[in-house]
Amino acid sequence: MSGETTPSQTVGPYFSIGLGWLNRCDLARGASGGERVTIRGRILDGEGQPVPDACLEIWQADAHGKYAQPENSQEKSPAQGFFGFGRMPTNDRGEFSFTTIKPGSVPGPDDRPQAPHLEISVFMRGLLRRLVTRLYFPNDPANPADHVLNLVPVGRRATLIARPLAEDPHILEWDIRLQGEHETVFFEC
Amino acid sequence: MLRYRRPAPGTQPELLHPPYVSSIKRAPTQPLIQLPHTLSETTGPSFSKEVVPPKGFDLTRQHKGEPLGERIVVSGRLVDEDGRPVAHSLVEIWQANAAGRYLHKVDQHDAPLDPNFTGMGQTLTDEEGRYRFVTIRPGAYPWRNHYNAWRPRHIHFSVFGPAFATRLVTQMYFPGDPLLEFDPIYNSVPVESARKRLISIFDWATTTPEIALGFRFDIVLRGRNATPMER
Ligand SMILES: [Fe+3]
Repeated sequence: MSGETTPSQTVGPYFSIGLGWLNRCDLARGASGGERVTIRGRILDGEGQPVPDACLEIWQADAHGKYAQPENSQEKSPAQGFFGFGRMPTNDRGEFSFTTIKPGSVPGPDDRPQAPHLEISVFMRGLLRRLVTRLYFPNDPANPADHVLNLVPVGRRATLIARPLAEDPHILEWDIRLQGEHETVFFEC
Repeated sequence: MLRYRRPAPGTQPELLHPPYVSSIKRAPTQPLIQLPHTLSETTGPSFSKEVVPPKGFDLTRQHKGEPLGERIVVSGRLVDEDGRPVAHSLVEIWQANAAGRYLHKVDQHDAPLDPNFTGMGQTLTDEEGRYRFVTIRPGAYPWRNHYNAWRPRHIHFSVFGPAFATRLVTQMYFPGDPLLEFDPIYNSVPVESARKRLISIFDWATTTPEIALGFRFDIVLRGRNATPMER
């Protein structure tokens, strides 16, 4: 052992200086195939106020459920050029928006398939550690059997599932509520 | 599959730390749900050399002239809890200038901007997990958390490591800073020995004759369990 993990500290209010160079909100770039979706929403604090100084990071598999990473030992090959990483700040109104493709299913515990999902990190002033959450897709037939969704109390699961816009089902809305009645489910990763 | 170990109690900050006022309305109130580690958590983005600007490690050479302040070298190793180097991993930093001012529209501190200093850098660790930045020692700056609140001098660090589970954003402090004992962000880490790992070490081996003082800051990411767990 060389010691324990270095403690986390907040990104503070000025993170865009150091993190902004890698902003990417078009994750669909380089993807071959897959259902294109735009995901947009707001981040709200305990008083329902929008959070204008937050940053999201996304990590996801491609349309075949393959992560663009050497350690990925699955036999499926990644879609050429698909990276699966995104980073975007919220704007002055606490809004974020990104475009991606709906990922395929990735194996979970005991090799049971997981429902399609995005891994999400949330950073902001006031957060001493990142928050980790997942975003799931509406009406996916695999949602009811997903092992992570099933760890979440029934009444809170909806906070992890994006809602399609009535006028355009390829636009999904998903708000992150840090506190309050509809507080988003966050995970200890 | 190898799972990442959970941190020992008290070695990471609590999300709600009332002395840090901004945490009160932003920290979740519901208990976190333990996420089993699947491929989604044990993979993560890896960034190639082409992505990272070759001069990204030198914050003193990003403009026509030299920035003002005390030039320093900050270097160290990125390793996991078992001492294994974390190679080819992206390290990003950002910081205030020598006067304690950030190049950011929200920073209203009445201290001068430096036209020759942006305060951002990025590099990849080498085969042995080593990284190195050349920069300026950042100044302390006031903030409105409580009466007469000043942040100790610090450099913000962002590292990825091999997986989504190892993502870490932290701050590096300087040895002997009198403001550390009053800083609610630094003191949000309950266990003192863990907290002290955020303080860099003055290092003769890193100090460059006639050029810059050297500080060593090693960053430790989570280790992995060889045994199957948490079904
Ligand atoms: Fe800062």
